Amino acid sequence: MAKILLEHVTKRFGELIAVNDVTLEVHDGEFVALLGPSGCGKTTTLRLIAGLEVPNAGRIQIGEREVTHLPPRERDVAMVFQDYALYPHMTLLDNIGYPLKVRGVGRREMVGRVTEVAQKLQIGDLLQRRPAQVSGGQQQRASVARALVHQAQVFLFDEPLSNLDAKLRLEARAFLKHLQREVGVTAVYVTHDQAEAMALADRIVVMNYGKIMQIGDPLQVYSRPANTFVASFMGNPPMNLLPCRVDLAAGKIIFDDDYMLDIAAHRERWSAAISNGPQFTLGIRPEHISISPTQLPGTIPSQVYAVQPLGGEWLVVTQVGRELVSVRLFQDEAPPLAETVWLRFDLARTFLYGSDGELLQ
Amino acid sequence: MREYESHLSKAFIIVFSLVCVAFFSVPLLWLLTAPFTPKTTLAVEIPANPTLENFRRVFDNSFAIRALFRNNLIIAGGAMLMVSTVATLASYGLSRTRLPGKNTLVYVLMLFSSVVGGTAAMVPLFLLAHNLHLIDTHLGVILVLTGGLLPAAIFMMRDFVESIPRSYEEAAIVYGASPLRIFCDIAFPLIRPGVAVVAIWTFVNAWGAFLIPVVMLRNPKNMPASVALYSFYSEAGTPIHTLVAAYAFLYGIPVLVLYLLVNWRFGFRFFGGIKS
Repeated sequence: MAKILLEHVTKRFGELIAVNDVTLEVHDGEFVALLGPSGCGKTTTLRLIAGLEVPNAGRIQIGEREVTHLPPRERDVAMVFQDYALYPHMTLLDNIGYPLKVRGVGRREMVGRVTEVAQKLQIGDLLQRRPAQVSGGQQQRASVARALVHQAQVFLFDEPLSNLDAKLRLEARAFLKHLQREVGVTAVYVTHDQAEAMALADRIVVMNYGKIMQIGDPLQVYSRPANTFVASFMGNPPMNLLPCRVDLAAGKIIFDDDYMLDIAAHRERWSAAISNGPQFTLGIRPEHISISPTQLPGTIPSQVYAVQPLGGEWLVVTQVGRELVSVRLFQDEAPPLAETVWLRFDLARTFLYGSDGELLQ
Repeated sequence: MREYESHLSKAFIIVFSLVCVAFFSVPLLWLLTAPFTPKTTLAVEIPANPTLENFRRVFDNSFAIRALFRNNLIIAGGAMLMVSTVATLASYGLSRTRLPGKNTLVYVLMLFSSVVGGTAAMVPLFLLAHNLHLIDTHLGVILVLTGGLLPAAIFMMRDFVESIPRSYEEAAIVYGASPLRIFCDIAFPLIRPGVAVVAIWTFVNAWGAFLIPVVMLRNPKNMPASVALYSFYSEAGTPIHTLVAAYAFLYGIPVLVLYLLVNWRFGFRFFGGIKS
């Protein structure tokens, strides 16, 4: 068990800066997810921790040791790969036992330890089979078993569930979370699936263009995105982001010239951060908007664009001026389908982002 | 009308194919029948009273037998070992290092190999071998053959090596395996079919080599079968068909056996559509 520390780590591939000045601490026994779109540098960050890549700048520490320039085998890490990296010419027994074989553990002890771990992961009776003869989920478990047998201080997961179908993925997700709690190992988990990151991690690190966009616990990252990127990446559907102007004196947020929200009651919350600026972005989650079939004070009119039933909830996409606004309604009956509906924004749960995309306040 | 034309073109294709098949198969048929005929011409005929007399006379020619069963085995076997070992290691190294311009390197090597193995480089190669005291040694022949075959062999092996996912080796690296260990435990078992393909390809090429041995070797005792074939020519310089056929028959057997063996053991699985 050990903490992981990255300080100002940068990795370039030619012109491309894959990881840009990343500083991150993963606490002992913590499960951290690196989340971001493809090409955001999350996998490179993981490979830097594993030692499969060497940073151009910065330092990496595992436990109390600096490992920046140490080869992978001296870092005491175990890794689960996206394609599982099980060797097709070996049985599961030899695959799982490979770290022990490399370390020179005797065959008999190896078989004993592999059997023990495999039984715990419910693949004990498949040990004589080759990877091609077991299912994807079982391959995934074998790959995890190999990491467990290695008894490393740090577990690294590189999108381990993305090759599984949807149902198996949910199963494996629960299994991984349970396992990590039980073993209590420090884990870094790379994924592009925000639901997976939310479900598994103690903390989420959202990355884009090689930079960390936000670090926080899942609910924090979800409910208070630090910038428009995180706001648009987290949540399904993601947060509504509406370009707007703010007129503090009148106490109004104006978008598309015609649509205004009265923020007089919330003026203090925003006044500190903004002057009467030209361009802001208003962010609000679809579940924090309510729909009224008639005009009420504090509502804005909108055209219904599409209504999607999601089972127990409804996703109503409406058009406000040129912008589409998603509204999520938790109800069984169908929402009003009139052409024009009125939206009420829960102003306490709106966020204002500056022209640089950063959260104001 | 159209149907009639399509039948006609189909018939034409069939006739054309049959002519091609005949063109290539008749010499092979001749090779199968001629050795067992007491007195043969260049016509393919099933022998009326088959005989093994031709083979007896071939085995009486100790020079030719030595060429076939000793010199040829040494040369082809040596080249096979050398090329498959070096090509395997080289292609693995080329594939797994970040070497700028490595593709260019392989193509340039390919280009040069057609020179090294060919007639154009015979004089410099002869001089080189002479200075290294490799004239009239099997080692010299093996080295020159290896030089000529290696680039194409590396080119072939590369496809096999590239087909191994990087993650296999990365997993092994993370779990502490050394490069040599990774090669032996993981890479080699996975590219074994490729090694077999390269090995047999080399063997066949070296087995049939004529120009390089005839230039590089002096002592008739060291000559391979391709040269020894000429000992079945009469003093007037005309081939004795029965003996040439019998010797060629024997000459062809090892290649056939090797092919069947590899095919049975690995199957000829070609990656990337390269069938050299």
